Amino acid sequence: MLAVVGTVPEQGFPLVAGKITLRDRSICIQGRTAPVNRGTPALLAAAARAAEALGQEEPFAFLIGDVGRGDGSRELYRYLVEHLRPDDFRTLVFHYLQPIVEWHDKILARIEGAAVRPLLIADAGYMYVAKMSGRSAAYDLFTPDIGELAFLADEIAPHPFYTRGFILHEQDRVPDMIAAIYGRGNAPACMLVKGSRDYFVTRAGIQAVIDGPVTEAMEAIGGTGDTLTGIVAALSASGMPLPEASVVAAKANRLAGAHARATPATQVAEIIDCVPGALLESLEPS
Amino acid sequence: MAALGFLRKRSPGNRASHNAASGFLVFENTSEVIRAENILRKQGWDIRVMGPPPEIRKGCDLVIEFPLIEELRVRKVLEDAGLPPLECVPVSGPLLSPVDLFRIKDFGGYLMIQAANMKLTVDRQSLVIVNISGGGCPDVPYIAERMVGRRLDEAPDPREIGHTLCGYALQLAYEEAKTKCLQW
Repeated sequence: MLAVVGTVPEQGFPLVAGKITLRDRSICIQGRTAPVNRGTPALLAAAARAAEALGQEEPFAFLIGDVGRGDGSRELYRYLVEHLRPDDFRTLVFHYLQPIVEWHDKILARIEGAAVRPLLIADAGYMYVAKMSGRSAAYDLFTPDIGELAFLADEIAPHPFYTRGFILHEQDRVPDMIAAIYGRGNAPACMLVKGSRDYFVTRAGIQAVIDGPVTEAMEAIGGTGDTLTGIVAALSASGMPLPEASVVAAKANRLAGAHARATPATQVAEIIDCVPGALLESLEPS
Repeated sequence: MAALGFLRKRSPGNRASHNAASGFLVFENTSEVIRAENILRKQGWDIRVMGPPPEIRKGCDLVIEFPLIEELRVRKVLEDAGLPPLECVPVSGPLLSPVDLFRIKDFGGYLMIQAANMKLTVDRQSLVIVNISGGGCPDVPYIAERMVGRRLDEAPDPREIGHTLCGYALQLAYEEAKTKCLQW
């Protein structure tokens, strides 16, 4: 089963843990709803639509409200340290959470103490804190965009906002940044780098480049990175190995954008609607 | 991570990894440090007062260590109290400075402005913010929800409703968008 840990951008949204369902472009969990237009709900919705296309069960979610003060994230961290049962899940995704190193380390210790360790994916704030803890190698997959790749490559930057040599056209530097990340050892087993070209990367270097179809507007649309993470997580939870899951997910996310005829004003919920068809198309033999 | 490894050796327990995600607030004099410490402690922040590293000995001989991720909120609280810090720097690299480059992407009817890891896209004709993307801190979805669909001159400032470094980067993109779009 897939589990996703993250936040909802609503002050007072209670801590909930359970399977999610989708209704009218909202996720539903334990009697609460959250629109899927951004953040962890967007990731969960894409994962749920992907799971539906794959004939898999709905994702499990650990959610709480946090608008950036970190109070919700702390409460969720505390809950996970006490109650998380990592061996219940095949794939575990950590997403929009306030990056707090001490809590990250406690949760990782709990996961590493489990009899069976799930496949670990980190995106957004949790990828930042995994890097800053120096424990990136404990993860199976990071899903950075190009700017976040530059942050991962800068060994002392505490956040993308303070990345040295942050050049806004980084595409040509991708191989160098990957070499820097893996050269220092603070790196996950794999990365799926999101951008105008998507890269699947391991310690051995770039394994695959996915560059079509091209929908330039995707870069402007908030949540398109979250949908990619949701799709790869659902594929991985279905048992597909990460290299194949990453390539299929990158293709499917791009196709979903193309099917939605995305413009810079498109909202990610419109793209999520197109995920099942795009995923099935991506799974067809070429 | 060579630098972090170095920090770990110097610091006891797991304080080093905590430091790696911390920042220093630098003030003009000790009196300001004490006042700032009182204000921040009263609001519940996990801070400590300490001596500054050599690289930033330009203000007084004390600095406040704070959770760097919350820089936007901490700055706002101190500015509102009339105590703006001289500087705010990461503990992991006191000479690091914020990314201050802007990237502008022209989509024809839409303009996308990127500051650091945050992107804000505006409909050039209506001046409505149509999308906000990038970032990883939990205030990003919250700020986006409040700003998307509103005109540039009617949307709330990220500085007013955000808390984190991603919110700070979005503030820079927002100011640049206003400069670019509202002057037409």
